Amino acid sequence: MSDIRTPSSSSVSFRVNGQMVTLDLPVHALLLDVLRDRLGLKGAKRSCDIQVCGACTVLVDGAPVSACTYLAVEVDGRVVSTVEGLAEGDALHPLQESFIECGAVQCGFCTSGMLMAAKALLDEEPAPTAERVVAYLRGNLCRCTGYRKVIDAVVACGRPRAGT
Amino acid sequence: MTPRERIVGTSVRRVDALEKVTGRARYVTDLDRPGMLHAKILRSPYAHARVVRIETATARALAGVRAVVTSADLGWCEPYFGPAYRDRPVLAIDVARHEGEPVAAVVADDESVARQALDLIEVEYEELAAVTTLEEALAPGAPLVHASKPLAGHFADLSSLRPKPGTNICHQFDFERGRGAAGFVDADVVVEDTYTFPRVQHYAMEPHAAIACWDDQDGLTVWASTQNPYSVRVELARIFRVDLSRIRIIVPLLGGGFGSKTYAKIEPLAGALARITGRPVRLALSADEAFRTVRRCDARVRVRLGFRRDGALVAAQCEAQWDVGAYADIGPRIIQKGTYTATGPYRVPHVLLHSDAVYTNTTPGGAFRGFGVPQIAWAVESLIDDAALRLGRDPVELRRQNLFAHGEEFARGETPIDGKFEESLARAAEAIRWSEAVLADRGRGIAMMMKASVAPTVSEAIVRLHADSSVTVLASTVEMGQGARTVLAQIAAEVLTVPVERVLVAMPDTAITPYDQTTSSSRSTTMMGRAVEEAAEDVRGQLIQIAAGRLHGEGVGLRLEDGAVVSGRGRVTFGELLETRFGMGGGELIGRGVVAPGRSQAPLGGSTPFWEMAVGAAEIAVDQETGAISVLEYVSVADVGRRINPLLCEGQDEGAVMQGLGHSLYEEMLYEHGQLLNGNLVDYRVPRTGDVPHLQCRFVENADGAGPFGAKGVGEGSLVPVSPAVGNALARLTGVRLRELPLTPERVWRALRARARTDQPTKDVT
Repeated sequence: MSDIRTPSSSSVSFRVNGQMVTLDLPVHALLLDVLRDRLGLKGAKRSCDIQVCGACTVLVDGAPVSACTYLAVEVDGRVVSTVEGLAEGDALHPLQESFIECGAVQCGFCTSGMLMAAKALLDEEPAPTAERVVAYLRGNLCRCTGYRKVIDAVVACGRPRAGT
Repeated sequence: MTPRERIVGTSVRRVDALEKVTGRARYVTDLDRPGMLHAKILRSPYAHARVVRIETATARALAGVRAVVTSADLGWCEPYFGPAYRDRPVLAIDVARHEGEPVAAVVADDESVARQALDLIEVEYEELAAVTTLEEALAPGAPLVHASKPLAGHFADLSSLRPKPGTNICHQFDFERGRGAAGFVDADVVVEDTYTFPRVQHYAMEPHAAIACWDDQDGLTVWASTQNPYSVRVELARIFRVDLSRIRIIVPLLGGGFGSKTYAKIEPLAGALARITGRPVRLALSADEAFRTVRRCDARVRVRLGFRRDGALVAAQCEAQWDVGAYADIGPRIIQKGTYTATGPYRVPHVLLHSDAVYTNTTPGGAFRGFGVPQIAWAVESLIDDAALRLGRDPVELRRQNLFAHGEEFARGETPIDGKFEESLARAAEAIRWSEAVLADRGRGIAMMMKASVAPTVSEAIVRLHADSSVTVLASTVEMGQGARTVLAQIAAEVLTVPVERVLVAMPDTAITPYDQTTSSSRSTTMMGRAVEEAAEDVRGQLIQIAAGRLHGEGVGLRLEDGAVVSGRGRVTFGELLETRFGMGGGELIGRGVVAPGRSQAPLGGSTPFWEMAVGAAEIAVDQETGAISVLEYVSVADVGRRINPLLCEGQDEGAVMQGLGHSLYEEMLYEHGQLLNGNLVDYRVPRTGDVPHLQCRFVENADGAGPFGAKGVGEGSLVPVSPAVGNALARLTGVRLRELPLTPERVWRALRARARTDQPTKDVT
């Protein structure tokens, strides 16, 4: 694409949504640009550019990161999960079902990042309290929903707890 | 007796839910065109400066750069645009009028090259004296933001713009009722004060984006993140001097709007760059650039209210100055609409209102959820509480006494009040437990609002019934998160008795979907909803006519049921009826709906299609050490006539309340020496998950709205009462009245400390 010679590039191999990919990438390439422009995974969004809004949240080895400020070379040998890999075929992930059911989706621009952050939380803690969800999603902004339905959706998705 | 609706009134799943939770939803920035180039904008570092010289040769020479464009390269088009005044240049012409104004643009093979090239452009500026506040702009002899009279825009209700020559005032609005200010002679108690409202950023999470592409027939297609494709079309047709029919605006999903994407913003530049390069050009702003593109108008509002001893509100006067920034955008209409309903939901016999729209050297002010109403309601609703205190009355009771009744006249020729304020107020008071004692360290406050929608106004729709009984709705309502496409699908499905899943609402495309004025002003459910209902009814009429012929001329008693026309004699499916009509398994029935109430004798030239009305009630606590306000509980009650989709209505109002909490507690764009200090999401603080109070959104539904099935608008109203409800709660809890938003800890702390000094001079205040 670019006529410019990049100062240096590096071969980067990683697994994304279960598939192995190997790309020759400029060392300064950002993970968000690689996902969106090289791999066509447009679910993660660019909004604040500075790791505040969470719209670009993807998981690297299961942990949420802001892909807008994450160097792509850092994912070499690691596992990247994006919203596109959340459903299994036509079967939605329970979080996706819950977001729809609870009305947690409006414009949808924050949704991919919200879902991935919430997934990281549920993987860590299957039945978080509302307070825990609030704290965990602090780094994901939403300007449409006012958050309440997002919080409800994540809490509702938590495994029913045994006993009280 | 019509059978009860089956789809309308239920929370059917959003039609775009699946694509949005799977990452498949596409926004402008997700699109690609063959051969697409990327543009970046060089912006003015000064608030006000003459552009003396621009040196572009070095930037042009950079590999991968396809064009470097300044206003000198735009001689072939009409380089000014704007809905009220054509005062905004596509790129700065001779003068830059605010920090961040586009001065030059680079088009390159990719964004990173374009960004590098920006650094290679040399601009010589001669800094000019700037005005960045209302005070500076209105001072005698203030530097003028615009030296010459700008060209008029195209709106009928703005045909009588009244600038004040030789000043920065670009429009004045006056409204008088009864004896005006002379009505204060009837008042026993008068309250008066000045309130200010800050500059606020929308922060729609998707910044503005456009992809422009010219074809071989002099036609321009723009994929744009806009709330009103048809307004953008008008601007582009004029700028590029081509027929409206040759401008095609396609609108994918929007990542939020809130008013920031009304009227042309970056589409003119994208179109110009595509013309110059002969290639598709993508122009995607960053969030920081959105801060330099549009914001809410800040305002200084002086209000005087006169009450009789018995609590009757007899006179109101308001003088407001609104900062519309460097370019008027839709500011003149904002000040008209905001001022017009300054007296809120209250019956006031004598009224005198005046507003000025004032240019400053700051980011242009434009439409933002509430459209001028939040700025004035902040003042008026606070003063009503002050009056209650003076009159020894309960604030809820004082409000109740003065509320408009259902059907009452607001102004001559205007739509009568179409909802029940009293019911809303009672519901809100009950939900916040108004009559019960509050804990000693908590305070409760309440506030109300009323807002007119835009008028005159036009929405047109087409409904197509296909041979397999599926339906296409053609409507230019933009989906920006509110769920309009779902609501329109519900309306068509209800009328045609087909499952909502079988209705496809097409995305706006001015080459295909018919005219709609705008997706704003909470108007889509009412106006486009009616157009879709009418178009679906047109199809229903055609079905019944065909069925009557088939059922031996008996048109009476025929009705639609589950995708068929039924009568006492039997049932014929839509598919069979289309076969009858066309003599083959093809063809389609096309229905048309046009909602265009036209002009009226109402003061603003058109009668509002409906009144948006809401009440808010807050319970708060204040940290005496830090001054931080915690909003613990919030109740919003909106009179929406009827909810087409209850879950979507809740979503609208919950979002509106939280956005209102943003400007009430945290949000303000700060300038120093003309520089925006916090134009990014680190320094500009929007509400987060931890800021959500215990939040209840309730609805008054009397099916008395002007929209389909008794519905009317929702979505803006509930934002408006938030600030005064919180401010009133603060005043009732602490005795401190703040008149400046946002209610930051510092402001609250200083006020608490000042009060402690005056009230308890003997106590030691630390």
